[in-house]
Amino acid sequence: MSTQPQSLSPAKNEPLPGISLGGRTNVDPAEDKRPVPAKVQIQELSFFYGTHQVLRSVTLEVPKDQVTALIGPSGCGKTTLLRCLNRMHDLYPGNRYEGSVKLQPEGIDILGPGMDPIQVRMRFGMVFQKPNPFPKSIYENVAYGLRLQGMSKRRELDERVEKALREAALWDEVKSRLHGLAHNLSGGQQQRLCIARAIATDPDVVLFDEPTSALDPIATSKIEELIVELKKRVTVVIVTHNLQQAGRISDMTAFMYLGELIEFGETNRVFTNPAKPQTEDYISGRFG
Amino acid sequence: MPLPQESSRRLDKAVEGIMVWVLRLGGWASVLVTFGIVITLITESEPFFSKVPFRRLITDKMWTPLFADPQYGISALLAGTLVTTGVALLVAVPLGTILAIYLSEFAPVRLRELVKPMLELLSAVPTVVYGYFALLTLTPLLQKIYPDLSQFSMLSAGLIMGIMIIPYVTSLGEDSMRSVPMLLREGAFALGDGKLGVALRVVFPGAFSGLAAAYVLAISRAVGETMIVAIAAGLQPKLTFNPLDSAATVTAFIVQVSLGDLPHGSIGYQSIFAAGAVLFLMTLGFNLAGHALRRRFHRAA
Repeated sequence: MSTQPQSLSPAKNEPLPGISLGGRTNVDPAEDKRPVPAKVQIQELSFFYGTHQVLRSVTLEVPKDQVTALIGPSGCGKTTLLRCLNRMHDLYPGNRYEGSVKLQPEGIDILGPGMDPIQVRMRFGMVFQKPNPFPKSIYENVAYGLRLQGMSKRRELDERVEKALREAALWDEVKSRLHGLAHNLSGGQQQRLCIARAIATDPDVVLFDEPTSALDPIATSKIEELIVELKKRVTVVIVTHNLQQAGRISDMTAFMYLGELIEFGETNRVFTNPAKPQTEDYISGRFG
Repeated sequence: MPLPQESSRRLDKAVEGIMVWVLRLGGWASVLVTFGIVITLITESEPFFSKVPFRRLITDKMWTPLFADPQYGISALLAGTLVTTGVALLVAVPLGTILAIYLSEFAPVRLRELVKPMLELLSAVPTVVYGYFALLTLTPLLQKIYPDLSQFSMLSAGLIMGIMIIPYVTSLGEDSMRSVPMLLREGAFALGDGKLGVALRVVFPGAFSGLAAAYVLAISRAVGETMIVAIAAGLQPKLTFNPLDSAATVTAFIVQVSLGDLPHGSIGYQSIFAAGAVLFLMTLGFNLAGHALRRRFHRAA
């Protein structure tokens, strides 16, 4: 955050410089309310790459149908935490989880023994740092997850693909070339296609891993609008390096540092009145 | 930092200039060799075509340039080449592709490091060894299944040729599959796909341009293979598409004539250049087709 003006001691209850909070009023830590039920309950989650511990007993409740941002300096474990939620770490040998991640309302433990990671992943959508459309047509990209879940009727597929593309604000741009290659789209369009692909199966939660880090500002703002729109019907967890982005689109913010969750609360409260000095230092651009 | 001495900079420049020329020569060498081959083929087959009109290659039904009443139906030789190549591809393409998928997506790293060099040894076996293996080991075995199988058979030669070219398919194919970005695989895994699904639905199409190149190389290798077919498929030109039969291929005919005692300048001797020219055109055609295929899929990968 070197571009941000350095403010040595921002007054409490005053938005930090350079961070827009969309006109929300400031909230005291004591008023941190949880009006919505939790969707994902992370309890004492630790994660190890071999013997190297990356997450240290993280406990966090992701509220339903809201946007939760994970922020923190590089290497703090925020992407690792995100990838625990849909068990992406299972793809590589030598990784180990401890603790539990419960998906509500059923309360099933994602990390529990006998839990099939494939079943877990079918309930989470994921959007990556760089657009990664498959070497297939636009249509087949969106239909991929639907087909995996056993949908094969043409009409049903057509309907769901169109719905997902509309929700990803891409339909008007691609409706005339649904069967053209996805790689002919621009970077921003490809990323919206990946969002369409992730939401086509109606997942419970959509995970975003720095989804705009490879995009220009205009494409970025389109993705941000989409994410805000998405939370009407789905829970969103987003990892971002961009504090302004976290401020603009998230309802809740979790600040992580060295594998630990330092602070978690409503975004405008965390940004205006951080409870922990590390949070304040990071947000005000003093490190990270 | 002090600037380098004037003299040492001049030396650097000279070395760089020489290196550029060495590299340029290397590039041109392959082009020149190809041109040399083309020119040889044209000038050497010219006397043949001045005596035998080109259309006879197509209209004649038999290939008997050494007989008193010579016939020049190249289709008799092409049939042998096509059938043996076809049999070889039926072995090498599926097996080679499956192996490539296994090595790239499923095999543990240590197994891959062990299998790959061993597999590449397959293409280092002298083809004359393969030829006798086909003739003396495989053909008798096949004769237990098909008692009518002739002593020389395109099936036997083709099968062995297929095994010889598996490493071409596997090695190139595996390289191109592994170069498919991990991010693509993760995208499919995140949607809930399994390992096999990711391999077949994402990695395979993503690597198709590389696989197409591998297939083309395998075809060219099979079309040009000489020893195995000369030994195991027979030397009798025969217009047949039955793999159980024996037939000479274009290459087998060339080696038969060039090793014989035909005088240079005789029509029989000149006919091998005509056959060679046809073979060259065929390989060129396959390569161009492969190139076009690659370009078509390149954007997808």
